[in-house]
Amino acid sequence: MKYMLLIVGDREAAPTAEDDGPNLMHQFMAYHKQVLDAGIMVDSNVLDSYESATSVRVDESGQRLVTDGPFAETREYLGGYYILDLPDLDAAIDWAARCPGARPGRVEIRPIQQFFPS
Amino acid sequence: MTDRRALGAVESVFREEHGRLLALLVRQFGDLDLAEDVASEAIEAALQRWPLDGVPGEPVAWLLTVARRRAVDRLRRDRAYAARLALLLAETRGQASAPADSARGDIPDERLRLFFACCHPALAVEAQTALTLRCLGGLSTVQVARAFLVPEATMAQRIVRAKRKIRDARIPFRVPAAEELADRLPAVLRVIYLIFTEGYAAATGEDLLQVELCQEAIRLARILHQLLRQDPETTGLLALMLLVDARRPARIGPTGELVGFEAQDRGLWDAERIAEGLALVPAALTGPRVGPYALQAAIAAVHAEAADVATTDWPQIVALYDLLDRAAPSPVVELNRAVAVAMRDGSQAGLDALDALDTDALRGYHLLPAARADLLRRLGRNTEAAEAYRAALELVGNDRERAYLQNRLEEL
Repeated sequence: MKYMLLIVGDREAAPTAEDDGPNLMHQFMAYHKQVLDAGIMVDSNVLDSYESATSVRVDESGQRLVTDGPFAETREYLGGYYILDLPDLDAAIDWAARCPGARPGRVEIRPIQQFFPS
Repeated sequence: MTDRRALGAVESVFREEHGRLLALLVRQFGDLDLAEDVASEAIEAALQRWPLDGVPGEPVAWLLTVARRRAVDRLRRDRAYAARLALLLAETRGQASAPADSARGDIPDERLRLFFACCHPALAVEAQTALTLRCLGGLSTVQVARAFLVPEATMAQRIVRAKRKIRDARIPFRVPAAEELADRLPAVLRVIYLIFTEGYAAATGEDLLQVELCQEAIRLARILHQLLRQDPETTGLLALMLLVDARRPARIGPTGELVGFEAQDRGLWDAERIAEGLALVPAALTGPRVGPYALQAAIAAVHAEAADVATTDWPQIVALYDLLDRAAPSPVVELNRAVAVAMRDGSQAGLDALDALDTDALRGYHLLPAARADLLRRLGRNTEAAEAYRAALELVGNDRERAYLQNRLEEL
């Protein structure tokens, strides 16, 4: 079963020494290696800063509405993701808890829908 | 054998064994919905056959055989569903731990897995309580809805959504490993205690469904205790509920009014429940870290052993509240401790202890002004007492408690 672990940050959270620059990078590299060693990796990517985001909507008349940045309504932003192949939700919770993105941010676990209709 | 006796036998087997049956079926087929469907089909079959053929010697084995046959039939008819379940089972089997070792006959008891799935932290607490009552307690959705004063459709929806999440997010039916147990067990115990308090707070002696909730909680705790004998907090929870539930007959007066703890006729307390609860307390208190349920059970035990309020070992109770406040700090524990201090050192000391509490944390909690009112009344400060009773009356939600406070106010 495949789970997507969405790494969600808070735009307004003050950066701490913990999650700052090289330290965080180092933690993520260690985590990434653990995921690879466990043989559960399907895919993973880090997203570029939310400041480079562009949002697109198409209104009822078909007009494109292109705006700078992610949706302004929420302080949260998506920083990256892992897609992991795991036996069950407990395993997914385990890997989410180990992810450096879970502190101080949060990791949202989304099961990826199976090929068969439910 | 008459129809009625057979029906009674089915009913009691269903009540007692529904959870076991369901857990075994979930274990085999990996799907709660399928397990529930075929379990109820097997019960229906029993309702038809047993009055004619008599109750079989091994009712659970009979039900299990019928349910399994129905499940296999269904999977044969629905290939896509079968393929999906097979895949799911193949993936999870590798991970599954050995079956729980507490077995009766040659049918293993798989209920512990079901407890941990129903009380999984990835489900909302309301869903956890509803599922636990439905799957392990054997209450129907209608009964669960009525007990929680929720419209039936809402409760049905809640249960359907929880079952869907178990399936789609693949919440496993497994017993957490020893090192995870400390993390996961409190959620299971909390669900059982919530079921109990829901029943006890509202219990009026008239509303049988509420009383039934307390009985169900105790039954669930007994099952869990039987499966986890070594766990002191599980033992503590069972002891606590037995000792508190023992007071039920004394809580309601002749005209249906609530009788305060001090005024209760202890002769009416259920001696059997008390004996059973007291016997469990020593085991609950063993181990390196005594937990909050064990400490609350110990407090209830001190009350149960006292002939009346005056001869109660209040220093002991205050000491236990101190330990409880360390094990599980909460403003409500501090409030109860202050009341015990009043009993130990006098009303003025209790009032001082109440004044030292963080009132912000207890804002909106009617028992804070109610406790203050009682102490002020004892000190003869009637004007202030009346004011405090009025403040409590503004916050109280339960009609019977309102009537109790109203009576106290009028007595001044």
